Amino acid sequence: MEVFALLVDGFVITFGPLNLSLVIAGVVVGLFIGAMPGLGSVNGVAILLPMTFLVPPTSAIIFLAAIYYGAMYGGAISSIMLGIPGASTAVATTFDGRPLALKGMADKALVAAATASFVGGTLSIVLFTLFALPLAEVALAFGPPETFALMVLAFATFIGLTGDDIWKTLFSIFIGLVFSTVGLDIISGQPRLIFGDLTGFYHGINFLVLAIGIYGIGEMLWTIEVAQGDVLMSKATVTFRRVFDSLKELRSSAKTMVMGSFLGYFVGILPAAGATPGSLMAYGVAKAVSKDPETYGQGNVDGVVAPEAANNAASTGSMLPMLTLGIPGSPTTAVLLGGMVIWGLEPGPLVFVDHPDFVWGLIASLYVANLFALLINIGFIPAFIWVLKLPFTILAPIIFVLCVIGGYVPTQDLHDVWLMLIFGVVGYLMRKLDYPLAPAVLAIVLGPLAEPALRQSLIGSQGDMMIFFERPISGTIMAVAIILFALPLLKIVNDLRKRAR
Amino acid sequence: MRIAELVMALVLAVFSIYLMWKSAELPIGWLPGEGPGGGAFPFWLSLGMLVCCVAIIVRWITKASAPSRSTEPYMTPETVKRFALVAGSLTAMIALIHVIGVYGAVPLFLVFYVRFLGRHSWSATFALAVSTPVAAFFFFEIALKKTLPKGFTEPLFYPLYDIFL
Repeated sequence: MEVFALLVDGFVITFGPLNLSLVIAGVVVGLFIGAMPGLGSVNGVAILLPMTFLVPPTSAIIFLAAIYYGAMYGGAISSIMLGIPGASTAVATTFDGRPLALKGMADKALVAAATASFVGGTLSIVLFTLFALPLAEVALAFGPPETFALMVLAFATFIGLTGDDIWKTLFSIFIGLVFSTVGLDIISGQPRLIFGDLTGFYHGINFLVLAIGIYGIGEMLWTIEVAQGDVLMSKATVTFRRVFDSLKELRSSAKTMVMGSFLGYFVGILPAAGATPGSLMAYGVAKAVSKDPETYGQGNVDGVVAPEAANNAASTGSMLPMLTLGIPGSPTTAVLLGGMVIWGLEPGPLVFVDHPDFVWGLIASLYVANLFALLINIGFIPAFIWVLKLPFTILAPIIFVLCVIGGYVPTQDLHDVWLMLIFGVVGYLMRKLDYPLAPAVLAIVLGPLAEPALRQSLIGSQGDMMIFFERPISGTIMAVAIILFALPLLKIVNDLRKRAR
Repeated sequence: MRIAELVMALVLAVFSIYLMWKSAELPIGWLPGEGPGGGAFPFWLSLGMLVCCVAIIVRWITKASAPSRSTEPYMTPETVKRFALVAGSLTAMIALIHVIGVYGAVPLFLVFYVRFLGRHSWSATFALAVSTPVAAFFFFEIALKKTLPKGFTEPLFYPLYDIFL
C-alpha cells in the first residue's frame, strides 16, 4: 500500500541526525515541563517558536510534537507523585495514580502510565495512518449539539459511577461550571461574575488555579492533618526486577489499554473535544465494565492505564482536525497550525497530497517520540522515586513553593495565587465533610466547551431544547448519558426498597 | 462534625444565592433573536447549587449522610494548630511576595517551615532555602522567560538580566 511507502519515507526523515536529536531533546523538555504543576505543553511550545526560523519546518514541527508527547507523559508523573494534575489531561490519572503512590507502589503506577501512554500513542498513530481521511468526514458531522451532548456524557460518566453523596457531587459540578463562566462572556462580550469588581477576574478563573489550589494546597493540608506529624510520605522502592514485574502484570490490563486508546482517539478527532474529556470518559468506562469497580479510586492499575492510553491517543487524534480541517483543538495544535501557515502549508485534505513529506514525517516522528518517551520515562523512574522518599516536612514546603509559582506563571497575576490559596483552604474544609472536589475541576475544564455549544445549539434551534434528541448522533449520545444519570437514582430507589423491607 | 456539616451547607447556600444575584446582572432569560442571555447559564446553575444545599440540609435533619451522624470533632486542637501554622505561613509568604518579591519571601518561608516546623538541621534548611530560589530563577526567568514578581527588590536583578538575558 502506498501509505506504508510514505510512512517508511517519514521514518527515514525522522531518523536523520538533526531530527532524531530534536525528538530526544523535545521529549526530555516536554517530560520535565509536563511534570511541573502550572506548566504545560504550551510553555514548551513557547520555546519552539524561535526554532521555526532556525530549522526546516519539518524539523521544527517534529520538535513540537516531541514536546507535546513528552508533556503528556510528564503530566502523569506529577499526578502520581504529587497528586497534582500537571495539566487538565492528567486529572483522571490522579484518581488511582495517587493512591497507588501512597501505598508504596508509585513505580508500578509510573510504569503503567508510561506503558499505557505508549500503547495509546502507538494505536492512535496506526489508526491515524490508516483512517485519516474517512474519519475527517465523521468529524465534520459534529456540530454544537453533538459537542454539547458529548460534554453531558462526560459529566454523566462521572455522576453515574461515583459512589459519593450525589447532592454534594452535583454541587461540586455546578460550582465548577459557574466558576468557568467568570470573565468575559464569549457570545455577548460582556463581563460576568466579576466578584468585588476585582480586575483579576476579567481573565476568568484559570483551570490551573482551581486544580493547583485543590490538588496542591488542599491535598497538602489534608495530608498534614492525616499524617499527624509523621515524617515519611510514602515508602517506595524501585529495582529492575520490580519494573519488569510491573510490566508483566500489565498484560492483564491490555484490554483496558486498547479500549482507552480507541476511545481517546475517537474523542480526540472531534474538533473541540480532546484529551481531557477523552481521558475522563475512558476512566468512567473502564470502571463501568470492570469486575471490581469499587477498587477504582483506591489504587487500581486499570484506573491509571485507561486515562493515560486515552490522553495520548487523543493528542494524536487531535492532529487530524488540525491537518485536514484547519481547526486546532488546543493551544498547542493552534501553534502547530500557525507554523504550518507560516511555511505555506495549507491545512485541508490536499495537504496529504501536496506535502506528503511534512505529513508523514510528522506522523513517523510521533511514533519515534512515543518510543523515546517510554524509554526515557522508565529510565527516570528511580529519580522520581527518590524524590518521593524525601521526608514530608521537606517535600511539603517545596510543593507549596511550586504551587505558588505554578499558580502565578500562567497569568502572571498574583491575584490568581491568592485565589489558589482560597480554593485550597476552602477545598480542604469541604473535603473533610465528604464533598468530592474532582467534579469541580472537571467542570471548570469542560464548562468553556459545554456552554458555547449549548448556547449555539439553542440559537440555531430557536430555543428548542429537543434539538439534542432530534439529531441522530447527539440523540444517541444523550440517551447514553441519561442512562448513566439514572444509575444513581436506581440505586437510591433500590436502597429505599431494601430499607422498607 | 455535625455542626460543621450544617454550617457548611448554610454558608454554601448563602453563597449560591449571592451567585444567583450576581449572575442576574446580565439577562437571564431568552433574548429574542439572540439566544440565552449571558447570565442564564450561571443563574440556573447557581439555583441548582441552592437546591443541592437544601437537599444536604434536609439530609442533615434526617441524619441520612455520614458527616451529619458523626460526633467526632471537625478539627482537633492539634489539627487546628497545625492548620493555622501551615496556612498562616503560606498566607504570609504570598503577602510578602507583594513586598519583597518571590526571591525574598520563598527563602523566608522555607527557613520557617523546614527549620521551625520540620525541625531539620540548619544545613539542610540553608541548602534548600538557597537552592530553590536559584533554581526557580534559572528555570522560569531565563529558560522560560516568565518573570516572577520581585516587589521592591526588582532593581537588584537588573545586572543579572544583563548577564543572562
